[in-house]
Amino acid sequence: MALSASNLKVGDTHEEVVAENLSRGLLVMYAGTSGDYNPLHTDEVYTKEVAGYPSVFAHGMLTMGLTGKMLTNYVGDGRLKKYGVRFTNQVWPGDTLTSKATVVEIRDGECDIEVATTNQDGKTVVMGNATARVD
Amino acid sequence: MADKVTMPVEATHIMMFARSVNDDNQVYYDADHAAKTEVGHILPPPTFYRSVAQFDPDYFLRPKVGEKWFGSAKGPSGIDEKPASSGGLHAEQHFEYHHPVKPGDVLTVTTRDGEKWEKVSARAGKLMFSETIQDYHNQDGLLVVTSRSVGVKTERPVDQG
Repeated sequence: MALSASNLKVGDTHEEVVAENLSRGLLVMYAGTSGDYNPLHTDEVYTKEVAGYPSVFAHGMLTMGLTGKMLTNYVGDGRLKKYGVRFTNQVWPGDTLTSKATVVEIRDGECDIEVATTNQDGKTVVMGNATARVD
Repeated sequence: MADKVTMPVEATHIMMFARSVNDDNQVYYDADHAAKTEVGHILPPPTFYRSVAQFDPDYFLRPKVGEKWFGSAKGPSGIDEKPASSGGLHAEQHFEYHHPVKPGDVLTVTTRDGEKWEKVSARAGKLMFSETIQDYHNQDGLLVVTSRSVGVKTERPVDQG
């Protein structure tokens, strides 16, 4: 389902839980599909003992991908013209992530959307924006 | 990243990628379903394009045959020397979608450097930012996607305060 300009207004929101109790298994899957095998995301021994982090953490691109699922569910398949984010905090195994889209501008045939994903503590992990075609 | 990489877009890769971002939208899995949608074919999820790393023969974050790998093995790292920094982190990622992409397309991905800058942060010391721009052209020479990513190297691991 794509968005229709006639039903859309600035300030409209759409929210989804995109990961619940994020597993190390999903981090391994993402390494396998993206080709980013940085041990910081899958190798607990290296990450704690050599890199000095408390545990492995998610690829930024995994969080962007999870957030993208919320976005495409909202705007429809093949409707995105732009999608960009800043990674503001790390995402850890066990996190529960909620992604939210907010319509900020509607123009002829397209709309701008603010995007943010927060963890279970209300900390923002990615924020950004998108532009989508609307009917 | 190599300057020029060929990235074949395959339905199985799209399916596996969608699974790895928790996305069960059938437009990524089922060609018959996808044919009935507005798009009319399977398409990649919006962040799929960074998977070009799979097709880069030189990509440094993939263990390679006959080469030592810096992740753990018998010991906490497979190399003797201490890695130069805590490693690069991804600070920003931006995509622009110019034309549709579908399984069977063969993308040529060219990579160029963008801006470089530095900042000091309380949580991780000196931050060194660098921008990378990638253009994805399809087999017809059409620019289908542009990616701009910002990487950051930190002086020390990021404090978890």
